[in-house]
Amino acid sequence: MEKKDYLDLYREMVVIRRIEERSAELYQKGKIGGFLHLYIGQEAVCAGIGSVRQPQDRIITAYRDHGWAISSGIDPKFVMAELLGKVDGCSGGRGGSMHMADVEKNFWGGHAIVGAHIPIAAGLALGDVYQGNDEAITICVFGDGATNIGFFHEALNLSKVWNLPVLWVCENNQYGMGTAVDRASAVSEIRQKAEGYGMRNERIEGMDVINVRKNVSRVLDTIREEGGPYLLEIMTYRYRGHSMGDPERYRAKDEVKKWEEEDPIGIFRRYLIDEDVATEEVLDEQDAQAEKIVQEAVEFAEASPDPEDETLFEHIYTEPTPVDYRGYALEKISEGK
Amino acid sequence: MAELVTMPKLGFDMAEGTLVRWVKAEGDPVEKADVIAEIETDKATVEVESGFEGVMFRHLAGEGEDLPVNAPIAVVAAKGEELSDEDIDALLGEAGVKAPQKAAPEEEQPVKEEKAPETEAAVEMAEEPDVTPAGGTRSSPLARRMAEDHDVPLTKVEGSGPQGRIVKKDIEEYLESMRAEGREEEAEAVGKTLQPLTAFTTGEIPEDEVIAMSRLRQAIGRRMQDSNQNFPHFYLTRVYKTGALMKLRKELNQLLPEEDKLSVNDFILKAVALALRQYPNLNASIEDDKHIRRYGHVNIGVAVAVEGGLMTVVCKDADRKPLRLIAREVREMAGRARNRKVKNEDIEGSTFSVSNLGMFGIDEFAAIINPPEAGILAVSAVQNVPAVEDGELVIASRMKATISADHRVTDGAEAAEFMAVLAEYLEEPLQLLI
Amino acid sequence: MARMTMREAISKALWEEMERDERVFIMGEEVGVWGGTYAVTKGFYDHFGEKRVRDTPIAEAAIVGGAIGAALTGTRPIAELMTINFAYVAMDHIVNEAAKLHYMFAGQFKLPLVIRAVSGGGRQLGATHSQTPDAIFAHFPGLKVVSPGTPADAKGLLKSAIRSDDPVLFIENATLYQSKGEVPEDEDYLEPLGKSKVQREGDDVTIVAYSKMVPAALAAAERLADEGIEAEVVDLRALRPLDMDPVIASFKRTNRAVVVEEGWRAFGVGSEVSARIYELAFDYVDAPVKRVAQAEVPLPYNAKLEQLALPQTEDIYQAAKEVIYG
Repeated sequence: MEKKDYLDLYREMVVIRRIEERSAELYQKGKIGGFLHLYIGQEAVCAGIGSVRQPQDRIITAYRDHGWAISSGIDPKFVMAELLGKVDGCSGGRGGSMHMADVEKNFWGGHAIVGAHIPIAAGLALGDVYQGNDEAITICVFGDGATNIGFFHEALNLSKVWNLPVLWVCENNQYGMGTAVDRASAVSEIRQKAEGYGMRNERIEGMDVINVRKNVSRVLDTIREEGGPYLLEIMTYRYRGHSMGDPERYRAKDEVKKWEEEDPIGIFRRYLIDEDVATEEVLDEQDAQAEKIVQEAVEFAEASPDPEDETLFEHIYTEPTPVDYRGYALEKISEGK
Repeated sequence: MAELVTMPKLGFDMAEGTLVRWVKAEGDPVEKADVIAEIETDKATVEVESGFEGVMFRHLAGEGEDLPVNAPIAVVAAKGEELSDEDIDALLGEAGVKAPQKAAPEEEQPVKEEKAPETEAAVEMAEEPDVTPAGGTRSSPLARRMAEDHDVPLTKVEGSGPQGRIVKKDIEEYLESMRAEGREEEAEAVGKTLQPLTAFTTGEIPEDEVIAMSRLRQAIGRRMQDSNQNFPHFYLTRVYKTGALMKLRKELNQLLPEEDKLSVNDFILKAVALALRQYPNLNASIEDDKHIRRYGHVNIGVAVAVEGGLMTVVCKDADRKPLRLIAREVREMAGRARNRKVKNEDIEGSTFSVSNLGMFGIDEFAAIINPPEAGILAVSAVQNVPAVEDGELVIASRMKATISADHRVTDGAEAAEFMAVLAEYLEEPLQLLI
Repeated sequence: MARMTMREAISKALWEEMERDERVFIMGEEVGVWGGTYAVTKGFYDHFGEKRVRDTPIAEAAIVGGAIGAALTGTRPIAELMTINFAYVAMDHIVNEAAKLHYMFAGQFKLPLVIRAVSGGGRQLGATHSQTPDAIFAHFPGLKVVSPGTPADAKGLLKSAIRSDDPVLFIENATLYQSKGEVPEDEDYLEPLGKSKVQREGDDVTIVAYSKMVPAALAAAERLADEGIEAEVVDLRALRPLDMDPVIASFKRTNRAVVVEEGWRAFGVGSEVSARIYELAFDYVDAPVKRVAQAEVPLPYNAKLEQLALPQTEDIYQAAKEVIYG
């Protein structure tokens, strides 16, 4: 990696952190509606994977997706506009926090039903195999909580039976909502679940972005060479509650504090200075740049308009919705006014 | 700027009216020409329209209250305007009327009591869902629409559907039967059906019944008594040859669409109006002991039988209107009168009246003058009768008509001349088309 | 035209589309080596190979979820659910994913996906394997729900479904597989998705039906014709998008309608169709619309009881007589 790449990676992690902090603020002001799940503390995972995956590799994740959207290459201003439900959002304001995607960037969403995207990931890989896209890998990200649902098992089984090129990534942040892993899962090491399907698996530390890069890069090479699925359990920690409004009765303040000392941004910062890649000043400058990017993103999002009423019926199907349905529902809207 | 709504004068002889129902409640927004209340006069229930827009701020009269013309009934305020009691008093003062007592609860009481039996009836209805719905008949939406399109009174149609529901087929059959017999025979066709069995019942003899007179009934009584007792009536009867008229009517009606078809009465109205132009003394009123007012307009009142009485709708300037327009106007006004939805202008300003009982097969009758007019023509049925024409006994079409005239205004000779001129028009009916 | 069974017509549509477009493939339980539990894909495995005729584990979420993912990459998978009773296992993927993704991501995702499933009762399979829950799936905007009643429509509609870029739930009826009819042999014979069709003309009463109830309605219409009553039979062919135009046009002439479905009456196809008749043609209503549907019970195994619960030609005939007060 060149020096510039290190700085870009650092800045991206800071941008993700700041975007989440500003989101929390905007949520409390009522500008962001619905559910909001913050990624703070887990930045090393998405940034690390985002920096080693190839353009043909597909990323698909669950509802804690803002960091993944940015590390997949979506401009933060389109992420912020989506959070505010605006027309310039990466999903046109229709998806919201949990449903961000950009097909151009090979980022296949943001899926909000726990575990539902896991079989879809197998299908993405099947599509690549079917079409002879030999170099493509599907990277499917899910939390530890999703490994207890049937979808996960059906999909892992299918991926092994059909030998599909999927990197299954479990971001083990140690809580499925408020339930600790060992209270919900029969095995506390998620990677063991891959054993049941005869699948290669590994558990790695996920707070150090360099470590994530190194290991994921290696595993992706393995899949590209040998084919077939691989499960990687990446240990991480979220500093914030499951979502906004989580009372966090399930864990001690001390526990959060301990992990904050292991902050992925702090770890990477020390690494860059220790390895003489950058000075404090240079990194402060990157912090300032990140701040500016996020500020601009917020301003862009606030200035972006709401989608037009007339677009309500767009994209139900690939061709326009039949007239009677349209008329039917439009009538409803005008009644409401 | 707040505005006062007063009891409208809905006819030159209207002195007071009853506020039947508030349509706009206090606080409701009011647009110009919105109906704000329903008023019952001697003649009809009329809707009062607002002359301004704003908000119905206060009702100054309660439902059921009798009020003289021009009495304040409500205050309409501008949107957002707040008025104190003093403001309203000032407004009333400006208008030169006394503040009425606010409709006191005691005054509303009797109205409520009157309504009580209705409520009981409603409860009974609710308990028995299978009774005939309000309106008297059970019918499908399609049947109702067809009936409206073809002016078919649903009460005359026998329903063949479940529970007597009138369906499409029934309306079609009714229309078919009407078509077969010809529209003019409609009355006859109805007459042919047997009288209801209740007329022949051998059951217990019912008790005497005392019923309240409607305001309309009372008003008719008052006016007719006044007219008959105080106006010196005299009567002249003449037989008219109607063969040419009936033939012309048949020919014209073949050309006209359903909604514009001409009745015999429409020809008579036109003929009367033209004859009155020549005899202005009959198109007149007693002004005072020393003066007679001869009206410039010739406005013919047409007596229409309505439920519980009769009303006179007015065909204005009938001398100047083509027959087709007369026919249409009178049909529309009569319809509104029967539905008690008559407009004020439908019933005011008549200068001479015509009463026609021909459709009931009446041979001859005399009518009471509708004051303050000077005359009324009573028209009987057109009938085929034995007659002598050119010394031969033939079957011919004839109609009798009787004028009742006010002797203070006119005399027998003048009225007889009028009747003769009327004969010229009716017997050479092409003149009515010029 | 060639006379063939609905099974042959469906099989032909699949075969022709697979020959026509390399991107089309089939995945499902027993579709390959077995040849399809209803023998629809018999011979496909040998001809197209295991890549294009894929036997799956018995795991419906993986079948539908996997097909969705594959469709997103630009292939055109046909996922077979064996019976629609198993669709509940994959309900999340049908409802929360297939029906939503195109809209939720503002048109970025395309799902050229067909889910085939067999619906209907009458074969003594008991309560869990005999359902006709078609209406449930018609509830979700974003999904197209198609169900043919004749062999020709089966071919034309299935080919259109495969060529459509939208997710289509294609519901077949096992008891119709043996029904025969004339089917166009043209390889580009397509019937539009979301267009109802008049299968028999008449002026006295409108019978609205789809799938297995179409032949039943036609049989009832023949009986009515013997009595001089001419019924018009409108075949919905798709429950979503639901095309009411031919229904309304017919109803405005006949003023009476019977809506027939094999599934349960409550919250069903008849409920929707009759509500729309009242909304769109209230002034033409001459009698209350009648619904003919399955008795509100889980279907029993016993053959006599099962037939008692299922709507029959006789029920349609009776309902038609009732709405015309005949």
